[in-house]
Amino acid sequence: MYLKSSYEIRGKYLRKDMLPTIFCPGCGIGAVLQYTLRAIDDLGLNQDEIVWVSGIGCSSRVPGYVNFDGLHTTHGRALAFATGIKLANPDLKVIAFMGDGDAAAIGGNHLIHAIRRNLDVTVILINNFTYGMTGGQVAPTTPKGLRGTTAPYGSFENPFDIAELAVAAGANYVARWSVFNYLQGINSIKKALQKRGFTLVEFLSQCPISFGRRNRLKTGPELIKWYQKITVPISKAKNMSPEELEGKIVIGEFVDRDRPSLIEEYEAYKRRAKKIMGWEE
Amino acid sequence: MRYPFPVGAADFIQGDEAIARAAILAGCRFYAGYPITPASEIFEAMSLYMPLVDGVSIQMEDEIGSIAAVIGASWAGAKAMTATSGPGFSLMMENLGYAIMTETPLVLVNVQRSGPSTGQPTLAAQGDLMQAIWGTHGDHSLIVLTPATVQEAFDMTIRAFNLAEKYRTPVILLTDAEVGHMRERVYAPHPDELELIYRKLPANEEEAKYPFGDVHGDLVPPMPIFGKGYRTYVTGLTHDEKGRPKTVEAEVHEKLIKRIVAKIENNKEDIVDYEAYELDDADIVLVSFGIVARSAMRAVKELRKEGVKAGLLKLNVVWPFDFELIEKIAENAERMYVAEMNLGQLYHLVREGANGKADVELISKIGGEVHTPGEIVERIKKDLR
Repeated sequence: MYLKSSYEIRGKYLRKDMLPTIFCPGCGIGAVLQYTLRAIDDLGLNQDEIVWVSGIGCSSRVPGYVNFDGLHTTHGRALAFATGIKLANPDLKVIAFMGDGDAAAIGGNHLIHAIRRNLDVTVILINNFTYGMTGGQVAPTTPKGLRGTTAPYGSFENPFDIAELAVAAGANYVARWSVFNYLQGINSIKKALQKRGFTLVEFLSQCPISFGRRNRLKTGPELIKWYQKITVPISKAKNMSPEELEGKIVIGEFVDRDRPSLIEEYEAYKRRAKKIMGWEE
Repeated sequence: MRYPFPVGAADFIQGDEAIARAAILAGCRFYAGYPITPASEIFEAMSLYMPLVDGVSIQMEDEIGSIAAVIGASWAGAKAMTATSGPGFSLMMENLGYAIMTETPLVLVNVQRSGPSTGQPTLAAQGDLMQAIWGTHGDHSLIVLTPATVQEAFDMTIRAFNLAEKYRTPVILLTDAEVGHMRERVYAPHPDELELIYRKLPANEEEAKYPFGDVHGDLVPPMPIFGKGYRTYVTGLTHDEKGRPKTVEAEVHEKLIKRIVAKIENNKEDIVDYEAYELDDADIVLVSFGIVARSAMRAVKELRKEGVKAGLLKLNVVWPFDFELIEKIAENAERMYVAEMNLGQLYHLVREGANGKADVELISKIGGEVHTPGEIVERIKKDLR
């Protein structure tokens, strides 16, 4: 893949008057944003036909920085707002940029139901295992034993595997990468953007300030090295025992299928309604 | 356009059904809801009609999601509505505030039942008045309409959409289980007879740059809906005229919130609606809204028969509240009575309006049954004795 310079991508898609961003030094959100914009650019998608939706949190500030229509909503509710946008105007392509706390905790119910409906939306999910904006509380994704301000002795809860959850709930496309896997990440976003129905690309993204500092991973590079250590490609994971997979996070493409999307289903439903009422043949 | 119900004709239908039909005639093409008694019939009627008129009706996972989807649909260009009752209304409060802050036109119907909590699901109440006005956090204003009959539920639904579009604001149709479930004769006008208002869109690129700016001097910014190439950023954070977050600038916050409040309060004359019955020479003035106003009207007739100079002020809009009107009426009245199905929510507003010019008494009733006219008459006669 030929990669355009970052300046070119930045100049074309970012709102200069909104910069600098609120992101801390070493944060991974900027990288994932760049992958998303590169995917849009590579596909040559029409900027005016894409709406970015988000909830509340660091990553949810992204729609403000990009020069597209954007809806920055309430905490956890991005996908519910997205449902209205997409159903009211199916011509719009919807990207939801979400964090792990936003999507899987307060927004967990909207997440599984949006997936169940196969809502036509591409979710870019920043998973940094923590609540970064509010200062490092544990998230539903925090690995057991790791620390946050609300579990200062190490989390005692089982974490969610968001990618597996999305597969089980019925998503059309699910992939997970760490920020380090940039080419795979861009390719996955491209695939996701081209598919109908619910698509989700999860990124393990570093938060050195709120998460890393409390877990002996003080810098971005330290966290990225840790991701390299704890991630296992899905092809390799298939041949590993549960003991070997203990403490590891599987990365790769989890599912790629073409179940009918919500928009297609609703169009068919409208036709069925008119037929049953005798309005149409 | 073909409609799946009679238009330009009368029908004998429930209040909830009337609200659904009126919404469709007003141009509503997106409905999101979650089942709840006594509002479910609105949702069921919408589910029946919407696919036939190329609209959308969707059952969301909860009420939070319902109003969220309605806001999303509104920004995508649709006239949109949701309906609920007390517990669901409570869940919607956060996103109601978001709709106020982002100036999103929508209609939210609350078919009231008794609370707090799950309360009496099948019985009427008027206990959500203060929540409708002040339920969401922060300083704000919005519009609250209160129908008393099935025909009014129909007519006010259309008005609710018109006001929402005109002032770019959420409008609450605050009704109750009695009006919602009662069947009455309703005339549904032919669409050609209706005057419908649609939101002001930006006239050009320049106007679209200020989606939250007072570009026309009427306090209501044109709304650049999504997909038109304007690239609008909408946030619930305090934002400037361009929509850019400005969360620590006091003057930006003050200017934004004061404009959002002023666009409602400064247009009180246009929005406020009431019926004055026998008020001209009234010594005893009843003030009421919704279903109770019908009992109060009958009570006034009974009292007049017995020589008591009674009158009724029936409020069709409870917010913005016409405090000045109440004071004017209080100046000529000996005593005012507020009859309502709660422990005194409208009473507080009327007392403030009366401003000490007349005594204000509360005729309160809770438990799910509407005041009988006789109860109101008895109470007033007791005081006169």
